[in-house]
Amino acid sequence: MSPASAPPPAPASWRRHEARLAWAFVLPALGLVATVAVFPIAWTVWESLHLHDLRMPWLGRPFVGVANYVEAAGDRRLWSAVGHTGLFAVLTVSLELTGGLVLALGLDRLRRAAGLVRTAVLLPWALPTVVAALIWRFIFESPAGLATAMATRAGLEAPTWFADAVAAWVPLVLADVWKTTPFVAILLLAGLQAIDPALSEAAAVDGAGPWRRFTGITLPLLRPALLVACLFRTLDALRVFDLVYVMTGGGPGTATEPIALYTFSTLLQNLRFGFGAALSVLVFVAAFGLASLAIRVMGGDAFLERRS
Amino acid sequence: MRRRAWGWTAVTAALVAALLGPLYWAVLSSLTPEPRLFAAPGLVPRALVLTHYRALFEDHDFWVPVANSLIVAGTTTVVSVVLGALCAYATARLRFRGKAPILAFVLAVSMFPQIAIVSPLYMVLRAAGLLNTYPGLVLPYLSFAMPLTIWLLDGYFRQLPLDLEEAALVDGAGRLRTLKEIVLPLAWPGLATTAILTFLYSWNEFLFALSFTLGPERYTVPVAIALFRGQYQVPWGQILAGAVVATVPVAAVVMVAQRRITAGLTSGAVKG
Amino acid sequence: MAAIELRRVTKAFANGGLAVEEVTLDVADGELLVILGPSGSGKSTVLRLMAGLEEPTAGQILIGGRDVTGDPPQSRDLAMVFQSYALYPHKTVRENLEFGLRMRRLDAAQVVARVDRTASLLGIDTLLDRKPAQLSGGQRQRVALGRALVREPQAFLLDEPLSNLDPVLRVSTRAELGLLHQRLRTTTVYVTHDQEEAMTLGTRIAVMRDGRLEQLAPPLEVFRRPANVFVARFVGSPAMNVWRCAWTQTADGMRLVSPAFALAAGTVAIPQPPSGQLDVGIRPHDVELTPAGAGDVDGVVEVVERLGSATIVHVQAGGPGAELVRAAIAADVPIAARERVGLRLRPDRLHCFDDRTGQRLS
Repeated sequence: MSPASAPPPAPASWRRHEARLAWAFVLPALGLVATVAVFPIAWTVWESLHLHDLRMPWLGRPFVGVANYVEAAGDRRLWSAVGHTGLFAVLTVSLELTGGLVLALGLDRLRRAAGLVRTAVLLPWALPTVVAALIWRFIFESPAGLATAMATRAGLEAPTWFADAVAAWVPLVLADVWKTTPFVAILLLAGLQAIDPALSEAAAVDGAGPWRRFTGITLPLLRPALLVACLFRTLDALRVFDLVYVMTGGGPGTATEPIALYTFSTLLQNLRFGFGAALSVLVFVAAFGLASLAIRVMGGDAFLERRS
Repeated sequence: MRRRAWGWTAVTAALVAALLGPLYWAVLSSLTPEPRLFAAPGLVPRALVLTHYRALFEDHDFWVPVANSLIVAGTTTVVSVVLGALCAYATARLRFRGKAPILAFVLAVSMFPQIAIVSPLYMVLRAAGLLNTYPGLVLPYLSFAMPLTIWLLDGYFRQLPLDLEEAALVDGAGRLRTLKEIVLPLAWPGLATTAILTFLYSWNEFLFALSFTLGPERYTVPVAIALFRGQYQVPWGQILAGAVVATVPVAAVVMVAQRRITAGLTSGAVKG
Repeated sequence: MAAIELRRVTKAFANGGLAVEEVTLDVADGELLVILGPSGSGKSTVLRLMAGLEEPTAGQILIGGRDVTGDPPQSRDLAMVFQSYALYPHKTVRENLEFGLRMRRLDAAQVVARVDRTASLLGIDTLLDRKPAQLSGGQRQRVALGRALVREPQAFLLDEPLSNLDPVLRVSTRAELGLLHQRLRTTTVYVTHDQEEAMTLGTRIAVMRDGRLEQLAPPLEVFRRPANVFVARFVGSPAMNVWRCAWTQTADGMRLVSPAFALAAGTVAIPQPPSGQLDVGIRPHDVELTPAGAGDVDGVVEVVERLGSATIVHVQAGGPGAELVRAAIAADVPIAARERVGLRLRPDRLHCFDDRTGQRLS
């Protein structure tokens, strides 16, 4: 064998070299994320400890410690917003999980036209939330929207949807469920398809009926997927903004105002940056806390198992 | 057995109809002349007109928001996929300390509620004179796009057969060459999926676009249709036309890439 | 071609267990060293350590006399054939073969010449423009070999190259590999769990178990003088019969007594074991069948396996529950199940091992 072709020279210690290369790859991305996400969060926390009202610039920006949080604790509108957000989360997530499960089960059994149905199913999810909000607002417009017309035809008295503090929730919840059930269905479908069909078949041979097979085999094995779907949808429900802003503006009055919208009004309409920052931090903590709790309950492995 | 299959087909068909129904209604209404919009609604169109679309583009220059959305979403996608792929390759394959914390960090950032960072971003952008500009939107968009691309691509790179990369190393290729010639060509389905999802999320984004643009010249499509205000009454016809226009690119992407999208959504358990 | 040397190389798992434990071995220039062992023995890890795909926890690795322990795979000038072949699926066969050469800054003409030469050597010159997906398993294996050969490296590392082939192809390819090695005299490290491959191809065999090197010797020595019970049973098919015996000394000489038989050693010197007990082994080919009563132990034939070229008889001797004794006899001997037979164990064909450590007693 001729040594005519010499191999490239060996670096001193390739572990260190590879680590350096790795950090070179990682830093641009991380740097950006830190700049546009982490730094603002830190700023928000700092800001929440100050009084900063742009309508009253002469007050400057004094440090006030936890005064904003104290105010938040006693703020009626905030607690209403928390209630609205919670109600919204409970209603939408439960409906989406149920509907998504039914849809996933149906899709699982599809033999033909699966691609077509999948496209149809994905469309509501892929739309801008704004579009979904407008479409459903249109349907529920009074006095002559589709919903009212259908209700009247069915012989029911239809409320003035968006003027009624309770009725306004109907289009809101419907729109969100309509838009995100497909996403839940897709997640659950993947979980369903990962279940070995031999298990169900063995159970059937053993004499278990369809309901028994569902509750005894399918549901338990689907639990991880259900939990993941539940977690993500709950987090999203906590952060809901687009839908409510466009559909009801939080109204009538503030009857449907979720936390994110209240924070938005405080910040960009009332220009109360300090107080708004405190609200932001509260939302952040709530979302983060929920996510950490859920991850711990489900086992961080569910998320990080594939990662080293 | 066959009876049960029919039952499921019926249920699925009903659900699919429920999902598509409102869209059909919206499209139909966008083609219905204004006076008839709230008249007795029927499933079958009686008269179809394009007046709303014409008004949208001629009177309201709807091309402008469409262009803005394309530029912002496109730029965000390109930047986040390129930088995210580099970062993800490192976390997926290179050996160094700090991998798990980086991924945990990325996951954590993806859980940030947008509202929480709106005001500081607003102030920074204002100070930098970037309000109502393209960079002024792309940069905030990266706050959700980068965690998304990193997470998805990390998962995807790990799925690629390791021995191909090892073979390349033993053959004498360094990490960069291996990435360029072996990994990326094989990873392009994953890159495509990631790009598609990133584009979709960027196209649909509302809160940042609402907060960081000041006038119609920089509104993106979601903002433009949300802020549509007629002179005297809500111009539903035009709003719905705008909604349809906003939906067309999305629908096209979904129709072409529904398999990829499904794979992408389930691979990383992407947040809705 | 340079030699490869491992000095007390150890590789620990993440959980603390040892994948490779204090392995010291050398690969002489031009030899084909087979690393043989069951799955989990650490043999593939040793190969990967040589290649630089893993870093040792302790010890040194030298190639051509140069310490390469800290060097990345790219700079070790070795070629590896993976068990899965690891062909680049998006490149043609030619591009696969060229890949490693492009890093060496050879000019285009040289590259083409080498690729063509290697391709015709392996009989894949008609496949150069195809992609791996269009090739059969045997063809892919040749391309994998070609990719290694074309680089003319300091040594070849082959990780179970034949295990994905069907049995017939395996035997013919095995012969070709042996031929190739004879012609090219390339230093090769060959990992396998198949003892037949090890015996036929290896200049020397390194037998590994649980991360440790059990024996490093030419094939015949491993076969004839296995270093311990594990090697004795792992090499050679069917496996060696092993019994626990008590060593006694009588007026006529040494005797080995087991629950099944008592064997007079005659003139053969059997070392006295410290504990008075030892493990005695004899290969099936050295067990002779005699009429019942005429051998050292009687038994009943349980299973007769006729291979065509030979016959393997499993005999129940030494009571119920004892392991069946394996005897390999000529193909045409008439024998049937449930026959009573005698087994003759020639003392000069016995292997003796320490009952506690399993090491050979010489």
